[in-house]
Amino acid sequence: MQTPGNNSAASWPLYRALVGVGMVCGLLIVSVFVLTGPVIARNEAAALQEAVFQVLPGAVARQSFTLGEQNSFRPARADDPPQQMVHAGYDAAGSLVGVAIPAQGMGYQDTIRVLYGYDPARQLIVGMQVLASKETPGLGDKIEKDPTFIANFKALDVSLAEDGKALRHAITAVKSGSKVSPWEIDGITGATISSKAIARILEQSSQQWLPLIYAQLAVLNAGSGGIDG
Amino acid sequence: MAEQQPISSTDDFIKGLWRENPVFVQVLGMCPVLAVTNSGVNALAMGLATTFVLVLSNALVSMLRNFIPKQVRIATYILIIATFVTVVDYLIQAVSLDIHRALGAFISLIVVNCLILGRAEAFASKHTVGRALLDGLGMGLGFTFALLCLGGVREILGSGSLFGLSLFAAGFQPWIVMILPSGGFFTLGLWLLLFNRLKAQRQQRLDGQLAPQEASS
Repeated sequence: MQTPGNNSAASWPLYRALVGVGMVCGLLIVSVFVLTGPVIARNEAAALQEAVFQVLPGAVARQSFTLGEQNSFRPARADDPPQQMVHAGYDAAGSLVGVAIPAQGMGYQDTIRVLYGYDPARQLIVGMQVLASKETPGLGDKIEKDPTFIANFKALDVSLAEDGKALRHAITAVKSGSKVSPWEIDGITGATISSKAIARILEQSSQQWLPLIYAQLAVLNAGSGGIDG
Repeated sequence: MAEQQPISSTDDFIKGLWRENPVFVQVLGMCPVLAVTNSGVNALAMGLATTFVLVLSNALVSMLRNFIPKQVRIATYILIIATFVTVVDYLIQAVSLDIHRALGAFISLIVVNCLILGRAEAFASKHTVGRALLDGLGMGLGFTFALLCLGGVREILGSGSLFGLSLFAAGFQPWIVMILPSGGFFTLGLWLLLFNRLKAQRQQRLDGQLAPQEASS
C-alpha cells in the first residue's frame, strides 16, 4: 500500500507539468491579447465606419447614438452595447443625411447581421449591407452580392403611419420580378428563405427604431456639432 | 518504410510536402480540408494559420519533451495547441477582419485538427527542437499546398475565378455544387485518385528498375 507521501511525490511531476504549461500558455495568450487588442478595435471601428458611409450615400462624418432613459437618444459612449447603437451620418455641410441602423435575425443557416441606412427626410431605406452571414455559398449568399437584390434597398419605402408609431406598410419579400409597390423587396430565385429573412429583419428593426428616430430628429440633427469629418 | 532511408534534416522538411503529405497521403485534418477550401484565399489563409500553429506547437512540445510526464502528455499538448490557436485567432483579426469572417469557426477548430496533435505525439515529443521545427514547417506547407490544390479547383469551377480574379467570359455558368460541401468531397476524391495513381506508377517504375538488378546479382 502506498503512503500519501509517496503518492504526492509521484504526482508532483504531473502537477508541475500541467500548472507550468498552463501558466506559460496563459501568459502567452494574455500578451497577444493585449498587443492585438487596440489593432482589432481599430479594424472594427474602420469596418463600421466604412459600412455606415456605404449605406448612407453622401455621408462623410458620423456620430453614434444610443437610447438613454425614457427612450430618448443620447450620444453613445465606447462601452455601450453595439447592437443598441444607431449611427447618424452627416454630409460635408454638417446636416443629417440619414441614420445607419444595425439589425440581426435568423437566416437559413445562422444569424444574419445587417446595417441599413434610413433617410428620415424622404422616409426611405437608402442602403443595406450584410455585415455577417453564413448563408449557402452560391445561393443564399446572393443577399450580399446580387446586384438586382441590392438595388431593392436604394429606395425602399418605410414611411410611417399617421400616428407615427408604426410603418404604414410592412416590408415584405415577393417573388423575383413581381415587385409592384415601393415597400416590397424583389426576392432571389433559389434563395427564398434568405431574402425573406432580410425582409423580416428589416421589418422588425424598422418597426422598433424608425418611430423613435422620426420623433427625435432634432437630437440627431444637433449631433453634427461635436465631430469633425 | 520511409524510415529505412538515412535521416537528414532536409528529409524532415521534405517528407511533409510530398511523400507523407498530410492530406493526400495521411488523409488527416479532413474537417478544414473540406470546409474552408471553397476559395483560394480561404485555403491559403487556413493553410498558413495551421502551419503557424503546427510549427510553434511542435517547437514548444519538443522543448518540453523531458518535462512532460507521459500520463498527462495529451492534455498538455492540447493546452499548448489551443494556446497557439487562440494566438493565431487574434493575429488574423488584427490583420484582416474579412479573412477572419470568412474562416469563421474553423480557426478555433484548428485545435482539433488531428494533424497537429499527431505531429506533436509522433514526432515533436521524440526529437530535437530543430528537427521538430522542420517537421512542422514541412507538414504545414504540405497541408497548405493540398488546401490550395482543392481551393483552386473549387474556386475556378465554382465561382469562375482564382484568388478573386475572374477567369472566364461573362457567359460562364459557375458550377455552384463545387463550392458547396459536396464539391469538396468530389474534388478531394479526384485529387486522391491522381495522387495514388502517381504513387502506383512510381512504385511500378522502382520495381522495374529493381528486378533486372536482382537478376544480374
